[in-house]
Amino acid sequence: MVQYTRARLDASFAALSDATRRGVLEQLGRADASITELAAKFHMTLTGMKKHVGVLEQAGLVTTQKVGRVRTCKLGLRELEEEAAWIERYRQVWDARFDELDMVVEELKRKEKVDGLKKRA
Amino acid sequence: MDSRREREPIPMKNRTTVERKSERELVVTRTFNGPARIVFEAWTRPELLKRWWAPKSSGMSLLSCEADVRVGGRYRLEFGHDGSKPMVFFGRYIEVIPHSRLVWTNDESDDGAVTTVTFEEKGGKTLLVLHELYPSKEALDAAIAGMEGGMPESFEQLDELLVALGASVPRA
Repeated sequence: MVQYTRARLDASFAALSDATRRGVLEQLGRADASITELAAKFHMTLTGMKKHVGVLEQAGLVTTQKVGRVRTCKLGLRELEEEAAWIERYRQVWDARFDELDMVVEELKRKEKVDGLKKRA
Repeated sequence: MDSRREREPIPMKNRTTVERKSERELVVTRTFNGPARIVFEAWTRPELLKRWWAPKSSGMSLLSCEADVRVGGRYRLEFGHDGSKPMVFFGRYIEVIPHSRLVWTNDESDDGAVTTVTFEEKGGKTLLVLHELYPSKEALDAAIAGMEGGMPESFEQLDELLVALGASVPRA
């Protein structure tokens, strides 16, 4: 299970490390497109674009469907959402801690003020 | 007491951010409405640390908290989570610069991060940056994957499963 999640995360980060692939994601965010259209848009060969789409598909960031001779690509954000969800849970843990820490800080500030007044008195 | 000061509005809650800065790094930030020496104190005096490290909302409780905050000093935090066996976190402080910087190791496993906390004071407020550097990308991925299902819960379920199977529960 851990191995499985790790492999998916590896694939996501590897997929996002390339500028063209990020461009493809951005493009697919606007509209679905065929591999041919994407290749033309990014001035690449069909083979080159197929490879990029393959990497994105592996990472679960893009899904493709072949109808007749045309393979259409669309965004599949499942993996990204999962990572974002983990980051958000982790953030909530720290946020809750820091809310408590706020109270400790307020208390120490009050104490310092009182001590300061005592010293001056 | 200056009564005008007593009526100061309660400051807005500050935002906590978390970012995976690279394959091996996680960064947490938060601003506190107090000077660095006070925030630092809350991190370095065990009796204060234990008051905030395990917030009630997390369902965890801190069973024990020892922190000998000086270079080479050790810490040990023991958490309980409902009925499950306690989780223990421990390591060593490797850098202690009063009111500005704390660095410690996480020695529970070989994949533990090195945690650096910096306290930067500006206009009476303190920007706190907590930086975790994992030994490898795999180690951070594993930490993320491990927390994904909620660790204590999944251990509990594993315990139940093993009991149901009539096996004894192995403990690392």
